[in-house]
Amino acid sequence: MKLHEYQSKQIFAKYGIPIPKGRVAATASEAKAIAEELGGRVVIKSQVLVGGRGKAGGVKLAKDADEAEQLAAQILAMEIKGLPVRKVLVDEAAAIESEIYFSITNDRAARKPVMIASAAGGVEIEEVAAKTPEKIIKVHIDPLLGLRDYQARDIAASIDLPREYWKDFNKIATGLWQVYSQTDATLAEINPLVITKDKRLIALDGKMMIDDNALFRHADLAEMRDVDEEAPAETEARKYGLSYIKLDGDIGCMVNGAGLAMTSMDIVKLFGGEPANFLDIGGGAGSDKVAAAMKIILSDSNVKAVLFNIFGGITRCDEVARGILVAMDEVKPKVPMVVRLVGTNAEEGRKLLADAKMITAETLADAAKKAVAAAKGKK
Amino acid sequence: MSVLINKNTRLVVQGITGNEGLFHTRQMAAYGTNVVAGMTPGKGGEWVDEKIPVFDSVKLAVEATGANCSVIFVPARFAPDSIFEAADAGIPLIICITEGIAVQDMMRVRNYIDQKKVRLIGPNCPGLLTPGESKVGIIPGNIAIPGNVGVVSRSGTLTYEVLYALKLVGMGASTCVGIGGDPINGTNFIDVLEMFEHDPQTEKVVMIGEIGGTDEDKAAEYIASKMTKPVVSFIAGQTAPPGKRMGHAGAIIEGGAGSAADKVKALEAAGVKVAKHPEEIPSLLK
Repeated sequence: MKLHEYQSKQIFAKYGIPIPKGRVAATASEAKAIAEELGGRVVIKSQVLVGGRGKAGGVKLAKDADEAEQLAAQILAMEIKGLPVRKVLVDEAAAIESEIYFSITNDRAARKPVMIASAAGGVEIEEVAAKTPEKIIKVHIDPLLGLRDYQARDIAASIDLPREYWKDFNKIATGLWQVYSQTDATLAEINPLVITKDKRLIALDGKMMIDDNALFRHADLAEMRDVDEEAPAETEARKYGLSYIKLDGDIGCMVNGAGLAMTSMDIVKLFGGEPANFLDIGGGAGSDKVAAAMKIILSDSNVKAVLFNIFGGITRCDEVARGILVAMDEVKPKVPMVVRLVGTNAEEGRKLLADAKMITAETLADAAKKAVAAAKGKK
Repeated sequence: MSVLINKNTRLVVQGITGNEGLFHTRQMAAYGTNVVAGMTPGKGGEWVDEKIPVFDSVKLAVEATGANCSVIFVPARFAPDSIFEAADAGIPLIICITEGIAVQDMMRVRNYIDQKKVRLIGPNCPGLLTPGESKVGIIPGNIAIPGNVGVVSRSGTLTYEVLYALKLVGMGASTCVGIGGDPINGTNFIDVLEMFEHDPQTEKVVMIGEIGGTDEDKAAEYIASKMTKPVVSFIAGQTAPPGKRMGHAGAIIEGGAGSAADKVKALEAAGVKVAKHPEEIPSLLK
C-alpha cells in the first residue's frame, strides 16, 4: 500500500524526523488560509500516488498567499498520469543549501533491510545510481538487531556530511529505522533530505509503502489507504483477498497461484489472444471468493471470453466449481467460458459443472487455444 | 535416492487440527508419508483419525515421536512463530506452506534460522514430493510418478502443471521441491540445484522461475560453472505488465534486473533450454 507524501511525512514527524510546517488542503481557499498562517512563501504540492509530480507541473512555489490560492486552484484542476489531483500539500518554502537522498527498503537478495544514502539527492537520483554508483552508499541492517549508532555515523561520514550535522543526522537515521520497522514499511524514502541555508536538516519530501501482508497489525495505517486512487475493481478484489490487475485485452482469466496465472496469460498471448486481467484467487479459495472473482472479471465490459484454469492443490476444484455456479446464477454471463480443472477434487468439480454450458479443456495449451477462439467468436 | 525427504522422514504437522492442516494431513498419510505427530496449542492429548497423536508444542512432539521434519499449516500472522518454534525444537527440515507472511517477519526468521543451520523450504510454497515414497505439503500425489527428473520451482500450481505434463508422457520425478514465491524464503534455486547435482537418481533437472528478483540469474551462473546434468527451464511472466515501482530505492537496489526476457537470456547463455510454455518441457528433456 502506497502512502501520500503528506501521510508519510506525518509518520516521519511522529518518529522525530523534522519536516516543514504545512498542512493538506482540498480547495484553493483552504490552501490560501494555510499559506497565510505560514507567512506567505509556500510550496504547493499535488498529492497523487505516482512519481514525476514535479516534472508534470504538479509542484509550484508561491511567493504569497494570493498566489498560493491561484496555483492551488490550477493544480487541483490537473490530472497527473491519469489521476485527478484531489488534494494539495501546502508547505513552508525552505531555503535549500544542498540535497541528500536517504531511504530504507528491503534488499531481497541480501535478505536484510538496506539503508541507502547519497550526497547527490533530488529527482535525478536513479541516474546518479546508474552512472556513478560509487556516489550511492548502501548499509545493510541486521533485522534481529536493528540499526546500530555506528552505522548511522558511517553513513554520515560516507556521504561527506559536515560533522556539525552528524548528531542531527543520527537522530534522523534512527527515526527512519523506527518508521520502517514499526510500520512494516517496504519503503521509507526521504528525497530530498535538505540542509537549509540556516543550517537545519529537514525531510522535504517523503514516500512510503507499507507491506499489505502486515496491515493486520496496523489498523491505523490501513485506514490511511486512499481508495480514490485505485480502480473500483481492484478495491473490490482486495476486499476478498484476491490479487487483480486490469489489463487491456478481452480474455478474462481466473487462475489459482500467481505463477500459473502469469503463465496462463503468457500462453493466451502465445496463441494470439490478449488477456483482460491478471487474477490470482490464491490458495485454498472458498466458493464465495471464486464467485466474487468471477463478478469482478465480468464487470470489465471488454471481456469477450473467460478462461478458468484451476490446478487444485490446497485449492479444491469442487469449491471453485461451486463458486462458478453461484456467480453464474447471479450474473447470468453472456460470454463463452472455458474451464479446466485438474488436481485436488477435480472429478467432483467437473461433475458439478457438467450441466453448466461451459467449454471444457484438458491441457493448458488446449484451454488457451479454446479461449482465444471463443473470444474471436469461433467455436 | 531422492533429496530432502524419503520413506524414513518422520513428519510433524503444525496446525494439524485446522481446516487445511487436517485435509492435507489425511492426503499425506494416504500417500504413504510417515506422519508421526501433530501440533496445535491447547489440543495436546487429542488424536487425529485415532492414529496421529496431537501435542501442545513441537518440542513435546519431537521428544515423544522422534519427528525430524515439520510442515506448517498455520495462518500468516502466526506462522513466523511456528517456524521459530520448530527451529528451536531442533527440527532440521521445516516446510512452511503458509502464504501472505509479512516480509519483515520473514527477514527476522531467515536471519535467525541461518544461525541454527536449519533448512527451511518456503514459505508460500507447495512443499516436497518424492513420488512413490513421501509427500510433505500440498502437491497432489496422483499427478506425478517416480522417475529421474528433479523439479525445482518458485511457483505452486505451475509446478503441478509441469509434473502433470511429465506424467502424461510417462516421465517421472526424483523429487519435486517447491521453494515458494515470496521475496524472502528459506531455500533458493542454487541450494536445490546442488542437491540434484549430487543425487544419483536425478539425471535431468527442470527449473521453473518467474519474474522479479535475481535468483534465476544466479542459478544460471551456477549451472554454467558447476552443473553436469542438463537443465530445462520455464520462466513465468513473459507478458506481465511492468511491476509496481518501489520508489527510487527499488530501482537502485535491483537495477533493471528481474524481467522474464533477461532471465531467459541468462539461462540460455548458460546452456539451459527454455520452454515457451510448460507443456513443452517434456519434449525438451528428451
